[in-house]
Amino acid sequence: MEGVIELNIWQMAAAYIFIVILLVIVKARGISREKEIIISSIRMTIQLVLTGYILVYLFNNMHPLYTILAISIMEIFAIYNIYKRSKTKLSKSLKKIIALSMLLGTLSSLIYFLLVVVQISPWYNPRYFIPIAGMIIGNSMTGISLGVTRLVDGIDTQKHLVESALMLGATPKMATKSIVDNTFDSAILPTINSMVGMGIVFLPGMMTGQILSGTSPVTAIGYQIAIMLGILGSVSLTVILFVQLGYKTFFNEESQLVVGE
Amino acid sequence: MFSLKEVKYKNILNVKHLHIKKNKITCIIGESGSGKTTLLRLLNKLISCDSGEITYNEQSLKVIDSVELRRNVVMLPQAPAIFSGSIKDNLLIGLKFSEKPLLSDDHLTEVLNLVNLNKELHDNAENLSGGEKQRVALGRVILLHPEVLLLDEPSSALDEDTEYLIIDALVNYTRENNKTMIMVTHSKKVAHQFSDEIIEIKRALVNVL
Repeated sequence: MEGVIELNIWQMAAAYIFIVILLVIVKARGISREKEIIISSIRMTIQLVLTGYILVYLFNNMHPLYTILAISIMEIFAIYNIYKRSKTKLSKSLKKIIALSMLLGTLSSLIYFLLVVVQISPWYNPRYFIPIAGMIIGNSMTGISLGVTRLVDGIDTQKHLVESALMLGATPKMATKSIVDNTFDSAILPTINSMVGMGIVFLPGMMTGQILSGTSPVTAIGYQIAIMLGILGSVSLTVILFVQLGYKTFFNEESQLVVGE
Repeated sequence: MFSLKEVKYKNILNVKHLHIKKNKITCIIGESGSGKTTLLRLLNKLISCDSGEITYNEQSLKVIDSVELRRNVVMLPQAPAIFSGSIKDNLLIGLKFSEKPLLSDDHLTEVLNLVNLNKELHDNAENLSGGEKQRVALGRVILLHPEVLLLDEPSSALDEDTEYLIIDALVNYTRENNKTMIMVTHSKKVAHQFSDEIIEIKRALVNVL
């Protein structure tokens, strides 16, 4: 097997030529995006360098508390990101449901995946725990974000249908069933679609990374298949928890719709 | 049947005292924006009053389960919702919502006749005109056989002839089946011709005429 080509500082610098090309293009065309391009390149570089050093430290100083701390930061960031991404103002109770679904859904999938499927040892081994948690939490975050938009918009635009159903004696669950089903469907669809193109349209990041680092493609594929199933499981679990609990926040204990009040 | 005491809802409605009788036809009239729909929504417990008390069969609405109440006191909004699907789907959905046994096609056709709608059960309900949709929604409410029918301008999208035909049929249905009907109407003529009692809402205050 070939050794890994380590990138030296000059090779890294050569990669930045792409940013220079982009800057020249936007400058020539008069598109005022230079600032964003420069800031995001610098942010990307600093964030990744820092993450690299943190990961080196964590791998060399394995401790369950460090792993738990890393996962907690990822979860908090993901939950905060969902709140931030939402275009509409979210109610306090809906925010609580988002946090609860993310924590329950991702952590249970993660623990099952690492301890039952991959069987890592020790259980907090950061070399496995952190990157896999990143993929599971990141994908679930995208799923829930989509779900939040769909649920809030759905209840808002179909308020009239929901109220008409309530007037006829429907429970809040019956009155929102089609919105809830629709939300779940559209939140898991991107994950299902990405499975279809996998290996043909694109080679997924984790698999590519493993192959570049010298792992046999067969082993890399094994991991990729397993992680895709883990991601699908986690996205489905977080989204189903979110929709099943989330629709209730739009009603009070008298089964009255309280949206927009 | 319904009793309201010192009921206030925002600054939309203010009712000192009101009694709505069982097995009668009560019409609610008043200018638009006077709180007629709010009164129906309060009786259907779709909203709750800020202060005061509403009772149904001498029981406070506060202690009656909202969903149970709405299955006995069904409300038809002014712009009734049409769910995607056929006329049959739209007629049956009320029975599904209130967890009542579904009825045969013959039964459904009978109701379509009652509301004077000459359409096939499998026709797409979303393609109907405003007045036809209103009649499907009315049929859906009648199929539930509730104790009380709360109707918010059930004939607003109908021409005058059809309006009289439908309201006449509704009134007959209510009397024959010993039901109670509370109807908001813009037409004083309809109110005087068909109702046993008329309630007028003027600047958020309620008077029994």
